[in-house]
Order: sequence, then structure tokens, then C-alpha cells
Amino acid sequence: MKKITLASGALAATAALALAGCAGGTPSEPVDRGDITLTITDTLSETSAPVYQEVYDACAAEIGIAGVEATHVAGSGHIAKLLQQIASRDLPDVVMIDNPDVQQIASSGALSPLTEYGIDTADFPEGVIAAGSYDGELYGVAPMVNSLGLIYNVELLEAAGVEVPTTWDELREAAQALTQGSTYGIAFSAANSFEGTWQFLPWMWSNGGNEDDLTSPEVVGALEFVTSLVQDGSASASVVGWSQNDVTDQFIAGNAAMMINGPWNLPRLTSAEGLEFEITTIPVPNAGDDVVAPLGGETFTVPVNEDSAVQEAAGAFVACLAQDEHQITMAAGRGGVPSSPSAGAAAIEANPYIAAFVDTVATARARTGLLGEAWPDAATKIYTAVQIALTGQQSPEAALEQVAG
Amino acid sequence: MSAVAEARTGTVRASRPRGGGRVRESVARWLFLAPAVAYILIFFGYPVVQNVVMSFQDYTTRTFFTGEAPWVGFANYAEVIGSYVFGTALSNTALFTLGSIVGQFVIGLLFALFFHRRFPLSNVLRSLLLLPWLIPIIAGTSVWKWILDQDGGVANQLLGAFGIPAVPWLSSPDVALIAVIIVNIWIGIPFNTTLLYSGLQGIPEELYEAAALDGATGWKAFWHITWPSLRPVVTVVLVLGVIYTLKVLEVILGLTGGGPANATATLATESYFRSFREFQFGEGAAVSNILILFSLVFAVIYLRANRKQVDE
Repeated sequence: MKKITLASGALAATAALALAGCAGGTPSEPVDRGDITLTITDTLSETSAPVYQEVYDACAAEIGIAGVEATHVAGSGHIAKLLQQIASRDLPDVVMIDNPDVQQIASSGALSPLTEYGIDTADFPEGVIAAGSYDGELYGVAPMVNSLGLIYNVELLEAAGVEVPTTWDELREAAQALTQGSTYGIAFSAANSFEGTWQFLPWMWSNGGNEDDLTSPEVVGALEFVTSLVQDGSASASVVGWSQNDVTDQFIAGNAAMMINGPWNLPRLTSAEGLEFEITTIPVPNAGDDVVAPLGGETFTVPVNEDSAVQEAAGAFVACLAQDEHQITMAAGRGGVPSSPSAGAAAIEANPYIAAFVDTVATARARTGLLGEAWPDAATKIYTAVQIALTGQQSPEAALEQVAG
Repeated sequence: MSAVAEARTGTVRASRPRGGGRVRESVARWLFLAPAVAYILIFFGYPVVQNVVMSFQDYTTRTFFTGEAPWVGFANYAEVIGSYVFGTALSNTALFTLGSIVGQFVIGLLFALFFHRRFPLSNVLRSLLLLPWLIPIIAGTSVWKWILDQDGGVANQLLGAFGIPAVPWLSSPDVALIAVIIVNIWIGIPFNTTLLYSGLQGIPEELYEAAALDGATGWKAFWHITWPSLRPVVTVVLVLGVIYTLKVLEVILGLTGGGPANATATLATESYFRSFREFQFGEGAAVSNILILFSLVFAVIYLRANRKQVDE
């Protein structure tokens, strides 16, 4: 054991020295990168990968490297693989990391701060910066982000004579009115995973609750509201087992008149035949409140590299990816929102459906913004409490007290 | 040289082999064992030892980079056993294992007895019966999730045809564990059927004929001939089944993810979540060590039972 610690300590020291060497010498003119091929690992699906490949190639040409080698892995096993690669010092040159995981990986020391690569994040929303930062330094930048909104079936609302809800009371009434036959008024995900937590956050945060104090009246109030939707019968009891994909399935099949979901579903929704839908921001507790939804989206990070030239090229590459024009390409192709507000207007023109999400992202909050590395623990508590309350095992207040410990 | 040595040891074989011969014999014995021992030490011993050590350390994502994992003694075990999920996970693991094994074994035995009589297409049917075991578990659980859906699933539609109200298979904490056990039984039947069937094939026909002459048929024949002859196979099937079922993870993750509200949380899922969701690898290792302890108990029972068989 001691021998291993000594050896890896020496390795870490060498890496730190190399990094210091990198930071010390800022090249005044572009270094010849003609023979560098960057390895990228991302978590893109088969449909999204070609969209990003376009951007990768464009940026590769722009910064003058030979090319990029992109590997796509499934999101679920990504972190485990990353940890393996960290241990064996075998990380790719650029890694895509989902924003709530950035702090965990950054805390290991394997990532390099992005400040030295000249990435302009001055007008990025605060949530986007907070998501990719650890200990005051920016480690990951997300060119494309997403959040949650209320997506509703226009025909069903018209048929029931229901207006689009903007407050919690209106939402509860609308959901009840829309529950007819085999159709539920609303559908959302309350699964036993971080997806369930993600879907509960808009209610919790918009009501003024925080993840560091789960027994506060604001959090209890939010949980009571969500529980009431299931108790009224407006939402199926199966929400405790649905992922967001399942929720989309239910909405497209007409089993739910409204759903809480994100813009990544747009490709599916627009290609569903006969489905007329619209998107609005998630209803707030009282009229005039601000909706505070969680910020989603993957960041690009630059691991510490033994070869400083490659690391510098990787940094320039990520800086290129974060430019407005590329943000718009990614957002349009994948159904997302560009991080930079200046690109937002152009994106809405290209795809009017994301207008509500552009508004939401401006005030969206990073999941790791408050608790940093301690977020996974709080996230587990949140989805457990939601499940306990929704299945009627305990009252929302008792459920939150039980998980808070 | 060897011929002389052989001759020499041959002459004194009446008393005992000479020193040189005995050493060479045991050296040869160890050389044959060496590759197997090395393999077991590296691929079984090292991970188990590493796991035990990890459970006493504060092992997090930082450790992967720096290699440092501060020693925390029994703190991980205290945290794990003191958490509100542990009691539930423990009882769920016991219930899940018991329910799965009883269901798989009984149904597997019934199928094996059924296929013991030859009838047309029995071979085809027996091969088809293997399907649940062959299907990738994630594919199987996805289909079962759809079947057991509370609102639109085939299971509730079938029950509805008989006038039985819809059962919240996967969304009610009361029923979820039963649903997961049912799916695990479905997956485990082929294994039991196959082994028990081959065990039945090994029982000589003459025993049945002799018993029939004495008037023992049907249930009596089963109790007095089939069951005692099957004992070795039954031991293998039950113990292997228990050890395997204790570790089941993908079935539960695929169907309910450990929920709802920890109704299907087992020690295996707890270990997985602590390690790969919360990045507390030390705590995850602690839970998995507790699970290994239970498995060890059953392994010892198996070895004991086996030894008894040989002695009998």
C-alpha cells in the first residue's frame, strides 16, 4: 500500500510540474499543431453524434490540428470508465462530462482549469458557470444546455376548455380537468434515480427551498404539491417507476395531456404524427414568482495531459466549441439551448419551440452550485423522500425528516 | 538415473519411500497445482482482499488520481449499518432470495418431472424453456416492465378480463418486491429445470420397476425413490442458486431501480449505488463484504453437505 502511494504521489507531482510548465509559458504565436490528433470521449447517442461530428471537424480545421478521434460511450457507464482511466493515467485529450459530475471529477485533480485557454464566458448565465466550476476555477464549459418545461397537448386542452396554467393552483385544477378516461392530466418522472431528483428540483427551487435544508417548509410545500397531483389522480401512480423517456412515451401515446420534460425530446415530438404540442415555462407557486429550474447539459473538459502541446491544443479546441455559431448547430441538432444568450435569439428563430427553454435557462440553477461534491448524497435523499411521499408511505414532512437523518 | 531411483524406491516401498522420492513427489504435486493456485490468487484473492481493505478506507474519486485512501477503521461499516436503508435492504435480500429459490426450485422440479416422460415435441419444448435464461437480462426486464405497467400493461389487462382490479405491480411498495421475485423466478426456472432433469435421467429405471412391483407408484415412488436419488443434484442446485441470487443486481435495477421507496432495495443494489452513484467506494465495499459473508456461510453449508454425500 505505502509503495503504491509513494509511486502515485511522485506521478502526481510530475503531473503538477508539467502543468506548471504549461501555465508558465503562454505561446505568443500559434504553435504548429499539424500533427496532433485529439482523442475525444463523449456520451452522445447515435442520432446526436453526427451533429457534433460536424462541429468537431469544423473546430479541428479552425485550430489547425490534423483531426479528431471521437469515441461515444453510454452515459450510464461513463463515470466508472473515467475513474478507471484516471487511475491508469489514460484519459483522452477532451472529455465530455455531464455537468453535475464535473465537480466530482475535478476534485480528483485530473482536470485542468480552462481559464488559460481564453474561453470567453463573460455573458454565460451564472448557472452555467457554477455548474462547471470547482473551488473557484472553471473546469468544464457547456456549449449547449437544457432545462425543464411544461409541454402540453394543444388539442386535449382545447377539448377540455382548459387554459394554459401558470401557477400551481391553476396547474392542479387543469390537471384534474384534463384527467378523463385513460388519459391522465399530467405526467412526470419520480423514478428511484437522479432523474427523479432532477424533475423535483423546479418545484423545490421555485418555492424557495434549498438542498442543504430538506426539512424547511418550502421543500415540504413543494413535495406536498407534487404528492397532491398523484393523490388527486391527475398523475398516474406509475410515475415512481417512469424515466423521462417513459414520460415522453406516455405523452406521445395520448395517455397524458401535459408533461414536465426537456427540449431533448423535440426531435421525437416533432416527428410524432398528429401530435400538436406547445411548450411553456413550468408553473410557479404564486403569480409573479420566478421559475427556477435545474440546468442540464454536458460540459467539455480538458484533462491534465503529459504532453503540454496536446493539452494546449485540446484547450483551444474546447474554446472553439464554445463559440456561438457552434452552440447554435449543437442546439438545433439535438434539441437544446445555446449557453450564450446572444446565440439564443438566433436559435429561437431556427426552432421556435425552444423559446420557453431559453427563458428558463437564463434563471436556471446548477445542481452542484450549492453543495459541490456533496451533491450526490443530497440528490439521493431527495429522490428517496419523493418516492416515500408519492407512494403514500409517509406524509411529505415525515418523509423528508426521515431522509434528512 | 531415474530407473535406478525407481528400483531403489521400489525395494524400500514395503516400509516407506526414501526422503528423496518423497520430496520429489510433493514438489511435482505443487508444480501441478501452481498455475491454478496462481490464477485463483490473482483473479479471486486479490480483488477480495482489495475489497476488504477498501472497506476500511475513505475511498473516493480523489483516490483514483492520487492513490491516497485514508484509513477510517470501522467508520464505513458503522455508517452503512446505521443508515435507515440497511434494515430494509437486509430483509428484502432475505425475502427476495427465499422467494426466488423456492419458486424457481419447485417450478423447475415440476417441469423436470413433466419432461421426464417422453412425449412428442418434448425436446423442442425443453429447448424453448431455456429462453428466459438466454435472453440478456436488460432485454428481459424491459419487456417485463412493459408487461407489468399498472395502466396499460398486459398483466393487468389479463386480470381485468377476469374482473380483478389492476395491481400496481411496480409502483406500490407493497407489491414491488413480489413483482421482482416473480421475474427472477421466471429467469431462474431454466437453470433449475435443466439440472434437475439431468439428475432425473441418472436414476435407473429398474428402481421404478422394482417399486412398481411392490405397489409404490406416483407420489410414493417420488418420495421413496426420486427424491433420495436426487439429493446430490438438489444440494448443488439449491446452494448455487442461493449464492447466485444473493448477488442479483440487473433484474432489480432494470425493473424498479431499487424502489419505489426502497421497497426492492437489496444489499447488492445498495453496494452499487453507494459506489457508483455517490462515489463512496469505501461504503460500497463495506456493504458488499457483508454480502460476501452471507455467501460464505452458504458455501460452507454446501461443502459440508457434499462431504456428507461422499461419506454416505
